[in-house]
Amino acid sequence: MAAEKNSPSEDASASKHAKDKSGEQPEWANGLKQLYDSVVDEPLPDSFKDLLSKLDYDDGPDEASKGDLG
Amino acid sequence: MAEGERTAAEKADFKRELTEVVPHLRAFARGLCGRPDMADDLVQEALLKAWAAQARFEPGTSMRAWTFVILRNAYLTDMRRNRFRGDYDETVAERILTAPAGQEEPIHLSDMHRALLTLPPERREALLLVGAGGFSYEEAAQICGCAVGTIKSRVGRARATLNDMLAEGNIPQRSIDDDTAHRAILEELDEVAAGNGETNKS
Repeated sequence: MAAEKNSPSEDASASKHAKDKSGEQPEWANGLKQLYDSVVDEPLPDSFKDLLSKLDYDDGPDEASKGDLG
Repeated sequence: MAEGERTAAEKADFKRELTEVVPHLRAFARGLCGRPDMADDLVQEALLKAWAAQARFEPGTSMRAWTFVILRNAYLTDMRRNRFRGDYDETVAERILTAPAGQEEPIHLSDMHRALLTLPPERREALLLVGAGGFSYEEAAQICGCAVGTIKSRVGRARATLNDMLAEGNIPQRSIDDDTAHRAILEELDEVAAGNGETNKS
């Protein structure tokens, strides 16, 4: 992430409102992270918990029987 | 390559790390294909592939980067099968981003997402990886199988486009539903999948 502060694109000046002169992030940059983080922070749907627990069992009877899944 | 049988501890480590990256895979997939249901299908597909390929994961390396490659490949394959149309997520329309200080109108999450989805896929994924996922240019280049300079160029162009759309309010409404645009996207995907991306277009 450190690198991006120093690399304004050559055509980033396209917008007069974007605050990217002097290497500052444009207004929406934080929004992009929020968009991503909002999904990261979502509780994991049960379908994923089901899938992950099935992975253990499919892996072979040896590990599966003493698996640490809840 | 010949990989020895993993110990139970190594398998447990793999499973734990894989579980930890699932939220990130969901976020990346949501950014790539827009629709939450399709994104989650894609993540499930990627998880199964990652599990099947676990002998190829080198312990100690980044599980997030490794699984992102798998997710990306699954996405490209599915896109070519016309499963995803780049529809944007209607359910985020109600959610509003925090307005930065001094900004008159808050950026809507839906605008952000819609603008993101109008980007050519190779620029979108580059921006997602670097601008949202926090990967370095080098890591993003490895994930996408292209040169670091190519990633920098794609991120720069993606930022310029989003600057224009979001700061000026020029967000296309329908372009991603258009058949011609869709075909163009698919053609670009073939290039991206081949590791060429936009190298010949700049």
